[in-house]
Amino acid sequence: MEQFAALLDALVFTRSRNEKLRLIAEYLRATPDPDRGWALAALTDGLDFPAVKSSTIRNIMKERIDPVLWSLSRDFVGDTAETASLLWETAQMGENGDSAPPPSVSETVAALEAMNRKSVVTELPALLDRLDPSGRYALLKLATGAMRIGVSSRLGKVAFAQAFDVSVDEVEEYWHALTPPFAELFAWAADGDAPPDIANMPTFRPFMLAHPLEETVVDMADYAAEWKWDGIRVQLVHVANDSGGETRVYSRSGDDISATFPEMLDALTIPAVLDGELLVRGNVQGGEAGPDKQGGAASFNALQQRLGRKTVSKKMLAESPAFVRLYDAMVIEGEDVRALEWQDRRRRLEEFLPRLPASHFDISAIVEAESFEALAEIREGTRDDAIEGLMLKRRDSPYIAGRKTGLWYKWKRDPLLIDCVLMYAQRGSGKRSSFFSDYTFGCWNGDPDMGAELLPVGKAYSGFTDEELKKLDKHVRSKTVNRFGPVRETDKSLVFEVAFDSVHESKRHKSGLAMRFPRIHRIRWDKPVHEADRIESLRSLIRD
Amino acid sequence: MSAPFSWIRSEPWGIHVVPADAWVDPGKAVARALVTHGHADHARGGHGATVATPETLAIMKLRYQTGDGPSGGETTPVQYGETIRLPGGVDATYIPAGHVLGSAQILLEHAGERVICTGDYKRRADPTCPAFEVTPCDIFITEATFGLPLFTHPPIEGEMAKLLERLAAYPDRCVLVGAYALGKAQRVIAELRAAGHHQPIYLHGAMEKMCRLYEEHGVELGELRLVADTPKDDMRGHIVIAPPSALNDRWSRRLPDPITAFASGWMRVRQRARQRNVELPLVISDHADWNELTRTIEEVDPQETWITHGREEALLRWNQLHQRRARALALVGREDEDE
Ligand SMILES: [Zn+2]
Ligand SMILES: [Zn+2]
Repeated sequence: MEQFAALLDALVFTRSRNEKLRLIAEYLRATPDPDRGWALAALTDGLDFPAVKSSTIRNIMKERIDPVLWSLSRDFVGDTAETASLLWETAQMGENGDSAPPPSVSETVAALEAMNRKSVVTELPALLDRLDPSGRYALLKLATGAMRIGVSSRLGKVAFAQAFDVSVDEVEEYWHALTPPFAELFAWAADGDAPPDIANMPTFRPFMLAHPLEETVVDMADYAAEWKWDGIRVQLVHVANDSGGETRVYSRSGDDISATFPEMLDALTIPAVLDGELLVRGNVQGGEAGPDKQGGAASFNALQQRLGRKTVSKKMLAESPAFVRLYDAMVIEGEDVRALEWQDRRRRLEEFLPRLPASHFDISAIVEAESFEALAEIREGTRDDAIEGLMLKRRDSPYIAGRKTGLWYKWKRDPLLIDCVLMYAQRGSGKRSSFFSDYTFGCWNGDPDMGAELLPVGKAYSGFTDEELKKLDKHVRSKTVNRFGPVRETDKSLVFEVAFDSVHESKRHKSGLAMRFPRIHRIRWDKPVHEADRIESLRSLIRD
Repeated sequence: MSAPFSWIRSEPWGIHVVPADAWVDPGKAVARALVTHGHADHARGGHGATVATPETLAIMKLRYQTGDGPSGGETTPVQYGETIRLPGGVDATYIPAGHVLGSAQILLEHAGERVICTGDYKRRADPTCPAFEVTPCDIFITEATFGLPLFTHPPIEGEMAKLLERLAAYPDRCVLVGAYALGKAQRVIAELRAAGHHQPIYLHGAMEKMCRLYEEHGVELGELRLVADTPKDDMRGHIVIAPPSALNDRWSRRLPDPITAFASGWMRVRQRARQRNVELPLVISDHADWNELTRTIEEVDPQETWITHGREEALLRWNQLHQRRARALALVGREDEDE
């Protein structure tokens, strides 16, 4: 437990991603099984011990320390686990703690698993007595499953791959099929054993990704084009097994989001792994039919209401039902088709589609264009808000995890542009923490020469070079007129040309508008602020 | 005969010693100030007369021009252990508080009654100032900066070892230690020397004069150099000390890939350290921790404890649980030192 505690402490205070990866990889190499497997699980997906909740810890503490002193301390720290770990010695009030040596991670996990609501009251304190403050913090974080130390599930997997020099895509592929402490995963990666058998597991397979097209021009004889939709990329997996079958929905990062979209689980009952865009139906903002009669998808804004929920109300299911617009397939009727050329996979997918319920599945239409120029024209002409751009896929490309040059391209719609005025700035994080690099900008709510005011319309922290950042930082420092905690208000003398993908109504902002993906396109040192755009101009760019 | 202790009053601006018309650590300019130590929430300029230890007077001269020229007012130095008679039959004795160079508890005696104002204090050994002395009294006026039971400062040797380990592990970087310019910085330097670190230590310009002042008062700090005079690459593998406000400031861009450390009692709480982007928290405090605060009250064993500033609610609660009389004073202008 001491090494795990030291790792947690180091991670809490490390800002650099590479340094975090190095710390985790080093720990995974140095620690024996099964401790490292449990630790990896705790860092990535978290472990769940039903008997230990935040309230359990609170109750244990209130038996040992005056409740008023506990509450004052808890309020100051803001985190129950940390408060308890810091107060433990004082709370013993002179009692001598157990002198048994600190438990290992696996011993701790076994003990936590064995606890019930009654025994936890004596058994958790017995464990705490064997640890120092860092160890107690690690134990309580492990027990309550909420690490909040800035390590994502993905980061943990990348660190694992780095530790044993294996491919992270393979790790991703096995990950969801295995359970902590991942003995087979370590046996494969660390000891060179055979890879885990995942044939009949509803596990996530890494996506094939596209490069931005940028200046590239492709020959339409070699490439096919399809619309890229503005939802979330998902993978649907169904496997047949003893209990009749199992379906899962995974996000692009491999997170299991099945609970968020339960309607999709019943919709797929044939063994398959499908790649598509999850959208919600809507006729308010998305339009009934887009190009090629495809439509029925609401804008991203409508989908947003459904994201991140662990449970979904009936009302929500009825009002914003989800469906998947298929792009590709990795497994069809139990057969792995990843090695086939795209055109063959596409044909197989088209043949397969009628076997899926039309209420929940359609396929992203191929955009027919004789030439690249003709395609560009079609792309210019689209105004459907649910379309993000085009995908270009090499007709002979196999399905390969990750981003392989020359196979798939994404060709986004040209961004919208508007001139805004810099209003507030805030320090960045990490390497940028000494620079004012996060900017809030606004548009005029009327004629600036007639006393109109600026209202904030968005925030951006990208789109400029390091040189420009230095100049912007200097500008903010010399033009500060007010400070609100970490925020500086500037004298509003600088115009940004801001690029963004779309704009929609929003009650969250005073201007009533919110932009999607705003970034600084150009810094207009030359432009007088009264020539910046007005709110109405931004509003007119809402696409319905 | 007036009511017991009517000669000492707590006012928003400080503790008023009525017969002497003197104030302890007043927050505004007064005719006669009794000052415990040089930190800005206790000391200020503009007093008609200032009574303090010679070290504190030297610090106040540097920071607030106290006693410097006609506008600096009069100064009366008092040595540790020395008693001076104030007007109105009040005796004031200055006793070591162990907080920073020159810091003193002030024992006030009048009509057979004894009151101690601790100012800020700690009970740990500190190579830059003499240790706190427990002195019996009737009313004990204490600070409570770290007055929560979660604050137990670890031994400083362990924190120094953490700092030196990190320094050794990254020979191409420097460790930038944020430390309060009066007291903490010099204590950290002296402790590094005691731990066997004899490399030059690089200073932010704002630290220089105070370090020289400490040296003039016999605190040896070893070889100190200024960041401003040093090429970036020469600081690789070295320790740099700067005031906390400079940690995330653009000033730090002149350092070679600094690892940010912060020496403060607040660093015990992880979120506090993260908020300040600290990579290496060093739990080093010049204030009493919870156990020191409560132990000191038990040892001094006053009739009544008054609490000046800090987390007074929890210390009040402790007094209540231990059947001790206590009250919190509502002093203005006492903020948490950037400790
Ligand atoms: Zn102080
Ligand atoms: Zn103070």
